[in-house]
Amino acid sequence: MSSPNASDLHQVSDRLAKNAMRHFSERLIEMVLFAAATVSVLTTVGIVYVLVSESINFFHSVSIVDFLTDNQWTPLFDDAHYGIMVLISGTLVSSGVALLVAIPMGTIIAIYLSEFANPKVREIAKPVLELLGGIPTIVFGYFALLIVTPLLQTIFPQLPGFSLLSAGLVMGIMIVPYIASLSEDAMRAVPMSMREGSYAMGATKLYTAIHVVVPAAVSGLAASYILAISRAVGETMILAVAAGMQPNLTWNPMEPAATITSYIVQVALGDLPHGSIGYQTIFAAGLTLLLITLAFNIAGQWLRRRFREAY
Amino acid sequence: MQIHDQPTLKAEARNLNFYYGEKQALSNINMPIYDKKVTALIGPSGCGKSTYLRSFNRMHDLYPGNRYEGEIRFFPDNTNLLAPEVDPIEVRMRIGMVFQKPNPFPKTIFENVAYGLRVRGENNKRALDDKVEQALRGAAIWDEVKDRLQDLAPNLSGGQQQRLCIARALATDPELLLFDEPTSALDPIATGAIEELVHELKKRVTILIVTHNMQQAARVSDYTAYMYLGEMIEFGKTDEIFIKPQDKRTEDYITGRMG
Repeated sequence: MSSPNASDLHQVSDRLAKNAMRHFSERLIEMVLFAAATVSVLTTVGIVYVLVSESINFFHSVSIVDFLTDNQWTPLFDDAHYGIMVLISGTLVSSGVALLVAIPMGTIIAIYLSEFANPKVREIAKPVLELLGGIPTIVFGYFALLIVTPLLQTIFPQLPGFSLLSAGLVMGIMIVPYIASLSEDAMRAVPMSMREGSYAMGATKLYTAIHVVVPAAVSGLAASYILAISRAVGETMILAVAAGMQPNLTWNPMEPAATITSYIVQVALGDLPHGSIGYQTIFAAGLTLLLITLAFNIAGQWLRRRFREAY
Repeated sequence: MQIHDQPTLKAEARNLNFYYGEKQALSNINMPIYDKKVTALIGPSGCGKSTYLRSFNRMHDLYPGNRYEGEIRFFPDNTNLLAPEVDPIEVRMRIGMVFQKPNPFPKTIFENVAYGLRVRGENNKRALDDKVEQALRGAAIWDEVKDRLQDLAPNLSGGQQQRLCIARALATDPELLLFDEPTSALDPIATGAIEELVHELKKRVTILIVTHNMQQAARVSDYTAYMYLGEMIEFGKTDEIFIKPQDKRTEDYITGRMG
């Protein structure tokens, strides 16, 4: 290296200046990203804070034991009862019906798309399927109320105009794309060498799909099922429109019933005074819903760790 | 010793051509595979040795656009393995395969070995127990896994996984066993174990093995074929191929001047 002359020095300082500029813009971007992340975290914290603090007020007037064991939910009547099981039963029954439709159907579609469909069919079918997930749920709600319920009534004449069955079935159809799409991703991620190992043993495509690909993708499948459960438990519009809103402690899908979510809609639409006990019930119900979905998410995380892909 | 000089034919490629779509990958291959012998396929990367190997159990049928021409005759019944009316699944029932990278299924050790038996409809517990044990003994891994048959196979070490894959292939008593560079993902000790196993296995099964490693071909095989650019350049007894190859290209490859 020769000693630097004037123009060299100029170049070096130029480069340093650029370097400082780059350093500054890097910092700026980092701060913007951090701020964005903070907003979402703070929002979550804020929501949880509101839910918990309002619920604490609620539980000053209603004991937790009553809340969990009372078999009536009549917060707006003079003889008020606050038995959350009434709403939980509606939520669980409608979600159960939805999952009975969505899990088998979604899994079968995923197996077809990943293992059997030729690439052209897959390229068309998958986006169309995902489009189904983009239909507003209110549309599904009216579909349930105006088409599926009358159809079901031709099979079960005693079925009322609002029912958990009809809402649950349509909710299941709404969830199918989530399961199918995520499960298909999980199955396509199974290495080809594993399938070849099975084919080389003389197995058919179907046998390979069921006995090798599905077990290998089980953690991804479990994750998609958990997401589906969270969607079903949190779904509001379809139930508000098609399941009726009367609180009803029942395990029979042929009956109408309110769910946690449809109750919240109902109350939030009314004009209850701020701070009244009726107003506070929606926070207690919301907290219950949050805890249910949280439990499923934790279960999902655990499943994913337990069945981590071994390839 | 007539028998040594005139081994029985197990399979024979006749005027075999193979195309990936438009691209010709094998040209006019003629080659015998002798019964209960180890035949090694050597050659530089991309020469078509794996393509040739995978023709035997019709693995190319899994992907669209692949096309065979010519025949691979399989004895004693003289079936043409490549004939369109022959079901690839029937072919794979008779011919086992061990892959380059160990590919155990995400199941228990026991279920991995029982897999081919279950595919063939065997569900009798005692029969499965017996055959799984035999296969694991045959693959020299029984002593290591006999107390943990219900453990998940992917938790085994790489060398153990590969021997498990060999056991899986052996469990159904294949007539021909295809090895596609079975030791390329393994350390020297595991490689040694597999080579010893190949030596042991040829007493009961015909073996065709693709290898990158010429020392390995020399150590384990009775016959060697040298392939280059999709053609079979030279085929002969391993000793003769390695000591005095007839073709200049074979000599260059073996002596390390090429490839």
